[in-house]
Amino acid sequence: MAQENNLSDINTKATMANLINDDMDFEIRSLDSMCINDSQQKHPWWYNFKYLTIGIVFGIVFVKAEIISWFRIQEMFRLQSFHMFGVIGTAVVVGMVSVWLIKKFSIKTIHGESISFHPKKFNKGQVYGGLLFGMGWALTGACPGPLFAQIGTGALVISVVLASAIAGTWVYGYFRERLPH
Amino acid sequence: MMEFLKQPWTWYAAGSIIGLIVPALLIFGNKNFGISSNMRHICAACFPANIAYFKYNWKKEIWNFFFVGGVIIGAMIATLLLNSDTPLVVNQHLASELAGYGVTDFSGTVPKQLFSFEGLFTLRGFIMMVVGGFLVGFGTRYAGGCTSGHSIMGLSNLQVPSFIATCCFMAGGFIMANLILPFILRL
Repeated sequence: MAQENNLSDINTKATMANLINDDMDFEIRSLDSMCINDSQQKHPWWYNFKYLTIGIVFGIVFVKAEIISWFRIQEMFRLQSFHMFGVIGTAVVVGMVSVWLIKKFSIKTIHGESISFHPKKFNKGQVYGGLLFGMGWALTGACPGPLFAQIGTGALVISVVLASAIAGTWVYGYFRERLPH
Repeated sequence: MMEFLKQPWTWYAAGSIIGLIVPALLIFGNKNFGISSNMRHICAACFPANIAYFKYNWKKEIWNFFFVGGVIIGAMIATLLLNSDTPLVVNQHLASELAGYGVTDFSGTVPKQLFSFEGLFTLRGFIMMVVGGFLVGFGTRYAGGCTSGHSIMGLSNLQVPSFIATCCFMAGGFIMANLILPFILRL
């Protein structure tokens, strides 16, 4: 009797373990929406230059709107200026309307594939990680995008900040399973 | 026209352009706007070290490397071709607060008196640059996204987790800027 119970326990645990592995793989990938909305078409690598052009626009805006200014970020966190709140707020509204239009009219990609959206699942990392990132943001005056842009403006010491950020990412990956999510 | 472009851009113009990046990336190829994932891809490409979090086909995300490459190039273009020589107008209170810590040079995107190669070897500089950068990299990945991925892309898709993340980003920043940074800047 006791033996049967043990065996069914082991079977259950094995099935659970497999489920966790499959879900985990999807979960790891879905965190960044990777390999979920793959194009079904195979494109040569230089098709990626279209993303480079959007990036160039982003980089120009970063600099001209002073979004990458450490001083503007300090003003933001001290409520001394509306500017950054205006930028983020406007971007969110424009983004929301755009996504709504894409969904409403089933707009497709330029290659004719349908655009898909994936819900994000809540996990405690958003709280703990969010707070930690926010603190780093106030210290460096930059979130990840601006770090790249600041290097582009000639603030070469920021490459050290970026290297440290990549190190932080690596350390996160190393301790990930041991951190509360 | 050039003179107009060289002046600092308004929040509504900048915000609109940034907001349009969301549909642009989606329409160009069903890509989700997000920057911090690049740091994950860099780790996966260069030093995965048998860590599960970095074991995936990062080559499928190369589009994002092109994207941040563009960001760097765009910043260079703006700095070299669209630079206005007007100095940054910093809030009065911030200016006097910073002067108290010995920061009086407001030219440049980052305060040169705090962010420099020599500054790396001071405790203050090390904390702001290395510890600060580390928190950005660690925190954004722990949260699963940064201001681009969560605050703009996530909120555009009405994702509650992104709203929670954004609130925590802001909370962390407010706490650091108002409560902790004054002590660090006095080091």
